[in-house]
Amino acid sequence: MAVLILADHDGSVVSQPTRSAVAAAQKLGEAHVLVLGEGAATAAAAAAALPGVAKVLLAEDPAYAHRLAEPVAALLLALAPGYTHLLAPASAAGKNVMPRLAALLDVQPISDVAGVVDADTFIRPIYAGNALATVRSSDAKKVMTIRAASFDPVPATGGAAPIEPVGAAASDPGLSRFVGAEVQKSERPELTAARVVVSGGRAMGSAENFRLIERLADRLGAAVGASRAAVDAGYAPNDMQVGQTGKIVAPELYIAVGISGAIQHLAGMKDSKVIVAINKDEEAPIFQVADYGLVADLFKALPELEAELAKG
Amino acid sequence: MKLLVPVKRVVDYNVKVRVKADNTGVETANVKMSMNPFDEIAVEEAVRLKEKGVASEIVAVSAGPSAAQEQIRTALAMGADRGILVEHDGVLEPLVVAKILKALVAKEAPQLVLMGKQAIDDDMNATGQMLAALLGWPQGTFASKVEVANGEATVTREVDGGLETVTLKLPAVVTADLRLNEPRYASLPNIMKARKKPIEVVKPAELGVDPAPRLTVLRVEEPPKRQAGAKVASVQELVEKLRNEAKVI
Repeated sequence: MAVLILADHDGSVVSQPTRSAVAAAQKLGEAHVLVLGEGAATAAAAAAALPGVAKVLLAEDPAYAHRLAEPVAALLLALAPGYTHLLAPASAAGKNVMPRLAALLDVQPISDVAGVVDADTFIRPIYAGNALATVRSSDAKKVMTIRAASFDPVPATGGAAPIEPVGAAASDPGLSRFVGAEVQKSERPELTAARVVVSGGRAMGSAENFRLIERLADRLGAAVGASRAAVDAGYAPNDMQVGQTGKIVAPELYIAVGISGAIQHLAGMKDSKVIVAINKDEEAPIFQVADYGLVADLFKALPELEAELAKG
Repeated sequence: MKLLVPVKRVVDYNVKVRVKADNTGVETANVKMSMNPFDEIAVEEAVRLKEKGVASEIVAVSAGPSAAQEQIRTALAMGADRGILVEHDGVLEPLVVAKILKALVAKEAPQLVLMGKQAIDDDMNATGQMLAALLGWPQGTFASKVEVANGEATVTREVDGGLETVTLKLPAVVTADLRLNEPRYASLPNIMKARKKPIEVVKPAELGVDPAPRLTVLRVEEPPKRQAGAKVASVQELVEKLRNEAKVI
C-alpha cells in the first residue's frame, strides 16, 4: 500500500503542514510525496530529506507553476492508480484541489482529517470543531486533507528518498489562468507553523493599536494572529485570522489579547499547548480555555509585558 | 446570462450545537435552521451581478428535506427569480450534491454557478470543487472578489499568506468566502413577492442520481474540553509562570 501526499512548498522547502500530512500518511502505508511546480527541484530535495518518505515524485512543468486546480487534479488523477490514499495538507491549495480530484475518481473526499483510526476510518471535526465525527469510507481510494494541528510534523531532515521525475499529465485543459498574487511579505514565522502566536481582538480598537500586538510578537519571535472581529473591523489583514473560518493553529504558546473567545475563534486555537488570555472582562469566555488568565487593561498590560520580557 | 445558486439548510450559526446522547450525530430537532452563511454571500453576489445587468436570471436550488423550501424562499426574497428543490430526507454528501447540481446544470445551462465555499455543518469545503470537476469547468474557490466580463470571470481568491487572482473561462464554478460581500436583509415587500415566485420540486432519482452516502458515521462526540487554568495577578507573575512553570518562553 502506498500513499501519495501533495506537497505545499515555496520553491525551496516544504511547508510544515505538509510534514504533518507525511506523519498522517505513515499511519497508512509507504509515503510518497509529489512536488510540483516550475523550478521545484530544490523543494523536491527538501521533500526527499523528510524521514519516512520512501519516494519523491517531481513534476516540473509551467502548467503547475501556480498550482491551478484543473491541471493539478488532472496530474493526480493520472498518478492515482498506484495509490490507496491521496493526501494533502488542509491548506488553501490542498482544499482547492483535493475535492476536484475526488470527484474525478468518483470518491467522497474526507476533509480536515484530525485522526487516523485505520485505513478506512478517520476522525474529523464538524460544526466548527464543536463535535468530532468518526467516519468510515466505503470508497476504494481515499482522498483526504489533513489538519496540520492534529499531527506532529515529521522532522525536516534525516531522510534520503530517491527523486523520480514524472511527466506532465494530459495537456493542460487551459480552463483558467493565473493573473497575479498579493502575498504578505513578513519576517515573522508563518502563522500555522509558529511556535508562539500572539493574537489581537476587537478590543485593540484600531489598526495603529494593533502594532502593540506586532511588537510583542517580535519580542517573542512569534507569528501574529487576529480574531475575526479584529479582521472585520479592519485592524488586521484577513490572512491573520485565527478561527474556523480562518487559520487553525496549535502553537506551544498562544497569547490572546483583547479577544473575548467566540466559539469560532476557539475552534481555531484550542489545541494550543499553553494558552494565555489578557482581557479586561473577567467573564470573557476565553478565560475558560486559558491556562493563564490576566484580567487587565491591555493598553497597560502589553507595554508592561514587553518591558518584563526585555529583562530576559 | 443565467446564474445557478445552490443553498443549503443548516443549523443556524448562532446555535450552540449539542451532540446527541447516543453519539449518532448532533441535535437538530427543534433547533433554529437557516441558510448556510457562505451560501447567503453567494446569493448576494448573484443578486449584485443581476443588478449590474451582468446576469439576467438567478435560479436558487437546494438539495435537502421539504423544509429546505424556506431557505430557497430566503434566496427568492433576496432577489433570486425562481427555485428548485431536490427533495431528499437524510444525509446528502458533497459527491451526491455535486451530481445533483451537475444534472440541474445540464437542464438549466447556467454560465456561472455561485455557491458558498463550505457548509457550516459538515465543514467539508468540497461541493463546488467537485461540481466543477464533474462538469469539466474551471473553479474559482474562496472568492473575495468576482468580476464577470467578456466570457470570463476574474476571481480574487483568499489563499494562505494573501490573495491570488485567476481568470476562468465561462462557464465556471465560483465559491464564496466571507469577505466577498455583506448579504442584505430581505425587505418585507420582497419577502411577500418571494411567496409568489415558483419553486419546482424534484427527486434525486428523477435526475438519475443515487443519493447513497459513501461515508458511514460511526460516532459523533464532543471534543475533549480544556480545563480553565489559573488567573494571575500581574504581568510579572504571568512572565514568571511562563518561564518557570510552563517553560514556553
